Amino acid sequence: MTLAIDGWFTVEDGVTHLLGARCAACGTVTFPPRTGFCPNPGCDGEHLEVTRLSRRGRVWSYTESGYPPPAPYVAAEPYTPVTLAAVELEREGIVVLGQVKDLTVADLEVGMELELTCGPLADGPLVWMWGPAS
Amino acid sequence: MSVVVLGAGMHPWGKWGRPFTEYGLAAARAALRDADVSWPEVGFLVGADTIRNGYPGFVAGATYARALGWSGARIASCYAACASGAQAMDIARTRILAGLCDVALVVGADSTPKGFFKPVGGDRPDDPDWLRFRLLGATNPAYFGLYARRRMALHGSTPGDFAAVKVKNARAGALNPLARYRKPVTAEEVLASPMVADPLRLMDICATSDGGAAVVLASEDYARRRGVTDPVRLAAVSTVTPVFPNAVLELPEFATDSCAAVPPPARPFRAAIAHAAYEEAGLGPEDVSFAEVYDLSTALELDWMEDVGLCPPGEADKLLRAGDTALGGRLPVNPSGGLASFGEAIPAQAIAQVCELTWQLRGRAGDRQVAGARVGLAVNQGLFGHGSAVIATR
Repeated sequence: MTLAIDGWFTVEDGVTHLLGARCAACGTVTFPPRTGFCPNPGCDGEHLEVTRLSRRGRVWSYTESGYPPPAPYVAAEPYTPVTLAAVELEREGIVVLGQVKDLTVADLEVGMELELTCGPLADGPLVWMWGPAS
Repeated sequence: MSVVVLGAGMHPWGKWGRPFTEYGLAAARAALRDADVSWPEVGFLVGADTIRNGYPGFVAGATYARALGWSGARIASCYAACASGAQAMDIARTRILAGLCDVALVVGADSTPKGFFKPVGGDRPDDPDWLRFRLLGATNPAYFGLYARRRMALHGSTPGDFAAVKVKNARAGALNPLARYRKPVTAEEVLASPMVADPLRLMDICATSDGGAAVVLASEDYARRRGVTDPVRLAAVSTVTPVFPNAVLELPEFATDSCAAVPPPARPFRAAIAHAAYEEAGLGPEDVSFAEVYDLSTALELDWMEDVGLCPPGEADKLLRAGDTALGGRLPVNPSGGLASFGEAIPAQAIAQVCELTWQLRGRAGDRQVAGARVGLAVNQGLFGHGSAVIATR
């Protein structure tokens, strides 16, 4: 099982978690995780811990691409529309973008709950995805 | 002391695939002619860079200076995504205000590939712009689609409203000899065009174009010495960056900043860009006669109207439907025809907006003239925290 990018998410026993960085001083969370120091300009924190983000959130917005995105995206052939959702994670106070699995734009609504999962890109490696809340 | 726009010039927008320098030079020479300034008199040239045209694009200032004929002028080149042109004008303006030069030329031009903008080539997993395509297939229109869907959910806008923006802008563009698209369109045509980034269709989304724009900026004293007594003034150029935490998902990001520790600022980024310009000019939205806003999509024009304070949140559709923002309306938005009629030639776009402000404020905008125009606002936003607002007055 190859992940499309290292250090941004994990899959353990079929359960996917996004990995962020959390400032030990002020609680600011970043995704993708960053190293070094806190991005909050009012905070001097230099201790960022890798943290697992909430696996559920509410749809901030969504869209679907009617045409294959260009390289370096590898589109499926025949093309299946890429659906994206930006999902708001309440505890972390951030919105995270991801592909949507098993739902189309017709199924989505702003404010509906989605749950993190993962799925393969057309050329194999896994990426995090938003799916129906169980 | 203020800085004035002494000359404005453009090459028409289109899609020819010729070298960007050709468009930039045509615009530069038109602006110099308009200003009645000869190239050797220019003390400072700023080029807005293009990132898809090789080395000459990265040193645009030198490229144009060389092509115009080495004159010994000082030069600068800058890139700030869609705000490149505004930042170039700000650099020129600052040098004039510092008393280091009297007259400056600002040039931006682009030659764009067909289709979606894609990241600069190569395997670059450290570049978020590359990664968003690789991992998510998140094109620029995908982000426009997110904003449009959000607008529909928050404010009840409909695809019919979005189509009405295109109809309005196409009507204005048909009157602009510099626009790429000069054919009026119907709402039915927009709504029947292919879906690109749900809920946005092909005709809701701006094309990528070739084009060039230039302005000659000067000190007020210099203008007066040249006998120009009532010039268009640059009352403000704002190029502020976002304030943490930016709670809006911006291109090319995977996520917003976190609001866990600090609440989001009272003014989101787009509103803050315009606010800084209003503060600098000592003017407010109520003073604006017309606005050029960055309609990367039809839906985004409606967002912008609210962000820059032309109406309260959620009421842009109402102004649109009342005809207020059309030519001849109370507050024309994108009288040039906007990106809907031009398409996007990135480094030229913010300069082109100022060309339109200049012509409107001089009362020389022909069939698309906004009656009694005194204050013009131009705004845009690009990738990586770039954005700009320019206020010009006369």
